[in-house]
Amino acid sequence: MSGSEPLLRVEGLEKYYESESDFIDRLLGRQKEVKAVDGVSFEINEGETLGLVGESGCGKSSIGRSVLRLREPTAGSVYFKGQDITTLSDSELRDLRKEMQIIFQNPQSSLNPRLTVNDIIGEALDIHGIEGGVSRDARIKELLERVGLNASHANRYPHEFSGGQLQRIGIARALAVDPGFIVCDEPVSALDVSVQAQILNLLEDLQDELGIAYLFIAHDLSVVEHIADQIAVMYLGKIAEIGTPEELFAPPQHPYTEALLSAIPEPDPLWEGDRILLEGSVPSPIDPPSGCKFHTRCPRVIPPSDYEFEQEEWRAVMSLRHRAREADIAVETFDAEGAELTAALREELDLPSALSDPEAEQVVQEALRSVADEAFADAERLLSETFETPCTTDEPVLRRTDAGRVACHLFDPAYENGASDGTAAGDGPTTSDGTSAGSAPSGGD
Amino acid sequence: MAMLEVQDLNVRFYTDDGVVKATDDLSYRIEAGERFGVVGESGAGKSVTSLALMRLIDEPGVIESGEIRFKGENILEMDEEEMRSLRGNEIAMIFQDAGTALNPSYTVGEQISEAIRYHLGLDEAAARERAIETLESVGIPSAAERYSDYPHEFSGGMQQRVVIAIALSCDPDLIIADEPTTALDVTIEAQILELLEDVATEFDTAIQLITHDLGVVAEFCDRVMVMYAGHPVEMAPVEDVYYDPQHPYTVGLMSSIPRIGDDRDRLQTIPGRMPDLIEMPPGCNFHPRCPYAEESCTRVEPRLVDVETGDPADPINSDAQTAACLAHTGELTGELDYEVTVQGEDAPTESGPASGTSTGANDR
Ligand SMILES: Nc1ncnc2c1ncn2[C@@H]1O[C@H](COP(=O)(O)OP(=O)(O)O)[C@@H](O)[C@H]1O
Ligand code: SF4
Ligand code: SF4
Ligand SMILES: [Mg+2]
Repeated sequence: MSGSEPLLRVEGLEKYYESESDFIDRLLGRQKEVKAVDGVSFEINEGETLGLVGESGCGKSSIGRSVLRLREPTAGSVYFKGQDITTLSDSELRDLRKEMQIIFQNPQSSLNPRLTVNDIIGEALDIHGIEGGVSRDARIKELLERVGLNASHANRYPHEFSGGQLQRIGIARALAVDPGFIVCDEPVSALDVSVQAQILNLLEDLQDELGIAYLFIAHDLSVVEHIADQIAVMYLGKIAEIGTPEELFAPPQHPYTEALLSAIPEPDPLWEGDRILLEGSVPSPIDPPSGCKFHTRCPRVIPPSDYEFEQEEWRAVMSLRHRAREADIAVETFDAEGAELTAALREELDLPSALSDPEAEQVVQEALRSVADEAFADAERLLSETFETPCTTDEPVLRRTDAGRVACHLFDPAYENGASDGTAAGDGPTTSDGTSAGSAPSGGD
Repeated sequence: MAMLEVQDLNVRFYTDDGVVKATDDLSYRIEAGERFGVVGESGAGKSVTSLALMRLIDEPGVIESGEIRFKGENILEMDEEEMRSLRGNEIAMIFQDAGTALNPSYTVGEQISEAIRYHLGLDEAAARERAIETLESVGIPSAAERYSDYPHEFSGGMQQRVVIAIALSCDPDLIIADEPTTALDVTIEAQILELLEDVATEFDTAIQLITHDLGVVAEFCDRVMVMYAGHPVEMAPVEDVYYDPQHPYTVGLMSSIPRIGDDRDRLQTIPGRMPDLIEMPPGCNFHPRCPYAEESCTRVEPRLVDVETGDPADPINSDAQTAACLAHTGELTGELDYEVTVQGEDAPTESGPASGTSTGANDR
């Protein structure tokens, strides 16, 4: 293959699962799809690491497994050394597994408890027809020592090892076939910090020496930052932002990246920053939100240009709209009527007693009246027709910015008008960060 | 007298492989309304410590000696009746795995109102009302409606809120939270920590927070105890522990945290691993892993002492920074010459690379 072709190139990868359904659903053909991975593309160069972060259920593991065809992708291509592996036959695939390996979060459950370490690693060698006889034992010994284990422990069983040691065994097993690429699915998430650091250092040493590329999956950005050359932040089956660690941590930042970073507890008792608290949790991938999938939680969702909203008011209106759509407001439990009920609803929904824009206030009052009558669809329709925002209608795509590629309308000049008014929290530091990073102040506002 | 005083607590497990010293002459105290952190690696004895407070140590474990005084009364001498009213009424527990803490076959509302009826003796209607209020107070939207939902209908973060609601329903004076956010995603963890912080402030509840996450401790706690192999190696107000750690193990823990924006190529590690608690190394238990270990460390067991004076620590009456290392009693010939950098307020933003300022992006 040509020198410019990356080791791994993933294009438009999709992985859909059938959602759980009962008999009646199936009878009526009401199967629903879980869009676990919904059109993801990235590249990994030889000897480099792509970190993949995001909350649980966002599709990270599904990507890791689809890339190895441990699960069949629903659509898209996965090129390994220029060859599309989604088209390979089973036997061709088996050969390829020598070059592509995986290590898991819970080595306990991925190592056969009835086999000794010797057999666990030997099995990996046998499957791929590598090394028989004396050189086999020598190879196992070499592998164990390479991952920092005592080779004299080769006859022990998994339960005799600690979590960190088991992860080393998992790594030794993956290394047995001399792979060029390893998917690491949350390999340190279950480990104590000091052990976690040992394993991260080991993975980095192996990469330096053997030139292995990693797809490193984690939910902790601070772990990924340490090991990755590129980081992709995922939300609900899509990449929200991708770039080098420097790019990712410099503005412009996807509002979700910003929130994830801000949520990491700072190991500094005197730290006094404000945390961005996201509302709610990740919506279900069965029926994901329209437009930008993050709009139900995004603190910076773009306000409509023809109304004057404070960012927080606007966020509250968006939440009202979302909950109306989900019919998720238990009106009858407020046990009130008329003005009293509206006041209670406003409190529940974090809406101030009057919005700063009187025209917007009129609209919200009408929507609240519909909610009070449990006419949720009316409320939803009114809000979405009156307050237009690209965040709910247009799906953002990854666009190159001054620092990495970001999928958010805030950084797309085409939506400048929509974004021009009430700019959100987080634009304060833009200048200081921008200048300190030595890059031109950019798209943040 | 502090609200909780643990004195010389020894918990042993008599296993087939030998006797596990899960806590070894452990002493500490928690004041009313205080947030006390317990950190250490898995197996350090953190959870055993909390289970002992509730007298929930099961076979083959035994609380061998010591006293646990809650508001002056020794928990270890209470009868079952007194214990039952203590659990839930005055001390409540929150576990890592909210899913298993809830009973799958009862609605969340029933579980809370049952706790309330039991401890506060309210009738059914009053208990229901209070349960709904409590669900609301922990941020469960449409609480009245969700009252009759089953645990599996809640997400992990929401389940943990329900567990916190059950803990709060009887207005306890002390909540023991054992890794309450470890199983959650960071954005949900941030929500739950904020919630715990709010309830601790609003109801003046003391919290013993057990975690392996030094970030969570820094954010949440007033004082912290660092445990290694069944006993505290350092105990002090959080600022002291983070900015001026006085035990080599604490230093090792601090420097193995990946911090966003630091430009270290490799993470520092503590070599090796914690010994099993059956066969502990002699002298200082930490010596096989300690970069400062000397010959004396293999013989002499360091006591927890005041790091300023070298006098034996008095964890029940004093707030002084204490550590268990021979360096503080003049029994070491060398010095602990490490450097501590905590990136934060005092790290000027201008000098940091772009990545260093990312967390600062929310600083004002
Ligand atoms: N075998 C499966 N059958 C049905 N749904 C699945 C299956 N595996 C994963 N999912 C769903 O796909 C989504 C993504 O899952 P996963 O890739 O495991 O996410 P992550 O690794 O980020 O936690 C989730 O909604 C999950 O419930
Ligand atoms: S497109 Fe809109 S909702 Fe999505 S991240 Fe950007 S501002 Fe937020
Ligand atoms: S007593 Fe010795 S071995 Fe123990 S922590 Fe101090 S220097 Fe290290
Ligand atoms: Mg996963």
